[in-house]
Amino acid sequence: MTFVPKPAARHPLLKTNEIGLTRRDYEAIVSTLCAGCGHDSVSAAVIQACHELSIPPHQFAKVSGIGCSSKTPSYFLGNAHGFNSVHGRMPSIATGAYLANKELKYIGISGDGDSASIGLGQFAHIIRRKVDMCYIVDNNGTYGLTKGQFSATNDRGSTSKRGVPNLYAPIDLVSLAIQLGASFVARSFSGDKQQLIPLIKAAVLHKGFAFIDVISPCVMFNNHEGSTKSYSHVRNHTEPVVDANLIMPRDEIAVEYEEGTTISVPMHDGSELHLRKLSDSYEPNDRVSALTYVQKAQEEGEIVTGLLFLEEDAVDCHDILGTTDTPFNGLAQESLCPGAEKLEQINDSLR
Amino acid sequence: MTSFNEFVIRFANVNGSGSASANGMFAKALFRMGIPVTTRNIFPSNIQGLPTWFEVRASAREYFGRRDKVDIMVAMNAETYKEDVDRLESGGYLIYDSTRGRPRELNRDDVHEIGIPITKLILSEFSDPKQRQLFKNIVYVGALSALLNMEFDVLTSMVASQYRGKDKLIQPNIRALELGRNYALKYLRCPMEVQVKSDDLIGDRILVDGNEAAALGAIYGGATLCAWYPITPSTSVADAFEKHASRLRVDPNTKKKNFAIIQAEDELSAIGMVIGAGWNGARAFTATSGPGISLMNEFLGLAYFAEVPAVVFDVQRAGPSTGMPTRTQQSDILSVAFASHGDTKHPILLPATPKECFDFAADAFDLAERIQSPVIVMTDLELGMNQTLSDPFQWDDARQFDRGKVLDFEDLEQIERYGRYVDVDGDGIGYRTLPGTHPTKGSFFTRGSSRNEWAVYTEDAQSYIHNMDRLNKKWETIRSLMPQSDVEHRNGRAGIIYYGTTATPMNESIGLLDENGITLNSMRIRSYPFGPEVVEFIDAHEKIFLVEQNRDAQMKSLLSFDLGVDPKKFVSILYYGGFSISADYIVDRVTEHYIVNKLPRLREVES
Repeated sequence: MTFVPKPAARHPLLKTNEIGLTRRDYEAIVSTLCAGCGHDSVSAAVIQACHELSIPPHQFAKVSGIGCSSKTPSYFLGNAHGFNSVHGRMPSIATGAYLANKELKYIGISGDGDSASIGLGQFAHIIRRKVDMCYIVDNNGTYGLTKGQFSATNDRGSTSKRGVPNLYAPIDLVSLAIQLGASFVARSFSGDKQQLIPLIKAAVLHKGFAFIDVISPCVMFNNHEGSTKSYSHVRNHTEPVVDANLIMPRDEIAVEYEEGTTISVPMHDGSELHLRKLSDSYEPNDRVSALTYVQKAQEEGEIVTGLLFLEEDAVDCHDILGTTDTPFNGLAQESLCPGAEKLEQINDSLR
Repeated sequence: MTSFNEFVIRFANVNGSGSASANGMFAKALFRMGIPVTTRNIFPSNIQGLPTWFEVRASAREYFGRRDKVDIMVAMNAETYKEDVDRLESGGYLIYDSTRGRPRELNRDDVHEIGIPITKLILSEFSDPKQRQLFKNIVYVGALSALLNMEFDVLTSMVASQYRGKDKLIQPNIRALELGRNYALKYLRCPMEVQVKSDDLIGDRILVDGNEAAALGAIYGGATLCAWYPITPSTSVADAFEKHASRLRVDPNTKKKNFAIIQAEDELSAIGMVIGAGWNGARAFTATSGPGISLMNEFLGLAYFAEVPAVVFDVQRAGPSTGMPTRTQQSDILSVAFASHGDTKHPILLPATPKECFDFAADAFDLAERIQSPVIVMTDLELGMNQTLSDPFQWDDARQFDRGKVLDFEDLEQIERYGRYVDVDGDGIGYRTLPGTHPTKGSFFTRGSSRNEWAVYTEDAQSYIHNMDRLNKKWETIRSLMPQSDVEHRNGRAGIIYYGTTATPMNESIGLLDENGITLNSMRIRSYPFGPEVVEFIDAHEKIFLVEQNRDAQMKSLLSFDLGVDPKKFVSILYYGGFSISADYIVDRVTEHYIVNKLPRLREVES
């Protein structure tokens, strides 16, 4: 691989955010993925989103499993700690890390092999536990690092590069996430920056488990005719549902929206999420209709993108567990060790 | 001849019949009379209806190991009646429910048979079907109080304290005790020749099981996260952690908790959470048994290479799948020592008593953060799930947690270039940073072994070798931090090495062997990697017995691996039947070895 440290010099015209940082402060080492990989677009969107949010980069923690997708946390937020864990087990690392320190922002990057096959169990259970994080799956329907085997999100009938059709029905992570209780569920396309960046921003700010399934074509193994996760296929079969546009409370500009077609959703930090409905019948606040909508579209061969489900005032796992306000990793010994006198009482109770 | 405070009593029951609390009360009563006791629960992997046994050994000499034969059998299970009668020592006492007849062919001429019409007594006194079932157990405890000459007050006061708050249960329980006691006093020869009498042999000691002790140690050691998956025999570690933490770790004003317990979806997830929390600077642990260790392997290897602290309690049992989950063994030694792939090795702590479970549990958290690696505390069902006499727990309020090498904001300000795996101090241990510490310094990408000492990705051979060699240097640092073995010299010519719960029958074994003219020096291994005292002990003896509760002499392999000792030096004594190893078994094997090899015994040499 090539490791190219970038010069720290800043171009005077580089735009700074509200905390005086440029986009470059949110970047990291150069990607080693294939040129044109959808995952690099996702990394770029993460960089842009975090920069626009004006959250200091080191206040993020990045976690991932194994695979092309899971390598990408090296390529954004270089000043944040990252943990490239084992295949399919990022959710448990994220859960432990979040329990240890609830004050950081957690971004998990996984892939379709990582989350829908080897890690499906952990994917399901982190949703149940409501870990407060932004969980992105770079979904290309294939195992890139091991040269193009089908993954569990690949559509039945979709062909491999060698023309072999996939025989099995796909697992739809978005439907699973809605059904299992995720409070923020979205789908986007790596090539659609306009939609993806606001979704990532909203997911980062959302309190609770936020899931974004990003269709991210694999240029090597899944971008050919016959694949349903190629650039051309996705562009031709996309039906955007809800455009998300995030407005920070300190911004004074209101979004452009038409009366009656926009709903405003307050975020836990006081900011508001304005959703523009492209489809008249769509309600992002109802779990059952969201699930029906997604699955109906799927039957019709359409990929629904946008914010598909949102639960306001969601609880997270610290709320459920009733833990203290101080992060566990900041608790002093006095708060943790009950001391000799208490131990003597325990001894007495055992006599 | 009357004997006092020296017997094994076994209760044969059906599980789910409520016998556990009655039997526990009996043991606790002896303890409160100042008599050293230990208990042993032999139970099936089942909720209701299968045979279960509870053994109490009272011993003024503090011989606490399991014995193959028992002195008193309370035979309450028709299904196991034959087996139970067979288990009695000649001259022992068989106590049974005489309401219905028993098969005559099972009678033994060489034991005392004591029939008590327990069911009949109950039927005339209680009408509630549940009480009729439960109080059978209380009736035989009442009868035993008369037969053994126990202080009745001790029992009645225990009932009173046990049901405090549920007062209407007190009177019927006491009535049931009296039913048994009065029957025995009126119709049976009381007391028997096996008796108890109050003594003062307990001192300040406590009666507790190893799992509860380990959970308390975790609380005192500052654990904030317990992530676990239910598995016998480790489940009660998490249960006890929850019980005590709910009292000791809750803010009295806000009612918020300074701990979290997550019942994970499996053991992979449990250890993942522990590692995630450890990476982020919180002390975390999981408790499991052999099958869980198998599932945790990949993650344990990652934690070894990524150098993340984690504490694991392995309460050992036998075999995979449904294989003897309620039986005890020491058969995970090698799978734990080398857990995972690609040259991994993990330090192990081997407690032998509840007190040591507490100490090692608390120490494990300091150690894991000091060495930035998983630490595995290995107990077994025998220690984990049985209440036994133990020294009281102790805590020095002056003790400070050792959080190991962690750089904070100010430290990072002083450093020009931070490298996660740079061996700055020459002890093989680098400096950690926690996420969120500094805006521009100290961040790194945690991954497995494909990185250089600056935590930058590389597959360069030299960097890999450099890292592996540094990990070996760290291993030597770990060695210097582990608790030393317990060595006792008795002027023996041969030595005996053991670890964990084999300690329980060992003082009895050594005592009995000594009476037979075989004097052994002993060493109880308390940790791995092994310290210099282990080398010294092995070097100092030509013949060494190595006692283990597994089939393949796993500790022998580990000694050879870690110290390069010739495995031929050891005579293995191996027991792997799933019950705890008994003193008789050890004595017989050692003696047999002396006979077969025509070795001179110490006394024969002297005379």
